[in-house]
Amino acid sequence: MTQPAPTGTAEALPLHPGLQGVVADWSSDQRAFKNVPWGKAMMWIFLLSDTFIFSSFLISYMTVRMSTTVPWPNPSEVFSLTLWGKNIPLILIAIMTFVLISSSGTMALAVNYGYRKNRVTTFWLLLATAALGATFVGMQAFEWTKLIVDEGIRPWGNPLGAAQFGSTFFMITGFHGTHVSIGVIFLIIVAIKVLRGDLDRQKPGFLTGRKGNYEIVEIMGLYWHFVDLVWVFIFAVFYLW
Amino acid sequence: MAHAEGQHHPATGQHHAAAEAQHHEVGQQHPLGIYFKIWGLLFVLSTASYLVDYFHFQGYLRWFLILTFMLLKAGLIVAVFMHMLWERLAMVYVILVPPLVLMVLLGIGALEADYTFFTRETFFGAAPAMPAVHPAPAGTPVPAIHK
Repeated sequence: MTQPAPTGTAEALPLHPGLQGVVADWSSDQRAFKNVPWGKAMMWIFLLSDTFIFSSFLISYMTVRMSTTVPWPNPSEVFSLTLWGKNIPLILIAIMTFVLISSSGTMALAVNYGYRKNRVTTFWLLLATAALGATFVGMQAFEWTKLIVDEGIRPWGNPLGAAQFGSTFFMITGFHGTHVSIGVIFLIIVAIKVLRGDLDRQKPGFLTGRKGNYEIVEIMGLYWHFVDLVWVFIFAVFYLW
Repeated sequence: MAHAEGQHHPATGQHHAAAEAQHHEVGQQHPLGIYFKIWGLLFVLSTASYLVDYFHFQGYLRWFLILTFMLLKAGLIVAVFMHMLWERLAMVYVILVPPLVLMVLLGIGALEADYTFFTRETFFGAAPAMPAVHPAPAGTPVPAIHK
């Protein structure tokens, strides 16, 4: 009895570059996304769907802002802060932007150190990312409090101008802040898994029997960078318009 | 598969080609320097877009600068931080092409908004000059549109 020779071709076929590669990957009668774990492909597709949600919000905002005949409150003034006796326009939002970009930077480094299997550094970088994210949410809570309590802005109207300002503001920043908050929770969970060495021992995570590995840090990173990405668009079209 | 072994590349920035050749085996692994450069660049671009507001640029210049900085920042985050630059094209197209249809929604939204604005100005804009409840008698000129 001769054993049949192994004929697996999953990794043996050459991967073509360029457009030829697109056709080859999709027509390969295997998985379409080569060199990418499924978790990562699925996170990308989730982020694609989230892109459509946020885009719908931002386009609706554009529509109501363009169509109102009542003057729009000036974000530059609404979001100004008085620091050291001086009124600085939009400074709170600028600081929030820098905090979120910094968290994206530490997240990118965490992914890198994760693949180097440097557990402790990855843990601290993930924790720093979570701390910066929590700072962002805290500043957003401060901003909401200021707008609701001091300025009297409500989803159905405000004393500064167009009523749509409140509804779109609370909807868009609220949805984004929820994303950040969920991200902070998951960052802490991933950080603990990294520090315990779960990923080195390939311990399965919750809700799955699949073996854990450092790709989950990168998948977590994709979500976190997306949150930063959405803020780039909100910052530009809501606060700077 | 990709999680077999972590690869170590010196963070000198000189091993880009090597990292690119080998990341198929080990997941995304690039020199640290590129992340710090992009991080710095994002800070510069954010400061620049803040200064657009601070110095009260208006009109088309404001829009041009805001959208340019926005797209540059978004591109850097997606390309480098999210590693899209090093993914296979099949993946890149699946993620980046579908959002282009949002341009259609954007266009429809803008058209609709312009029309709504036009009708609001026409029928509510000159409210004191025209009775709001009863339709104007035939022959009454349509009030001027105030923009």
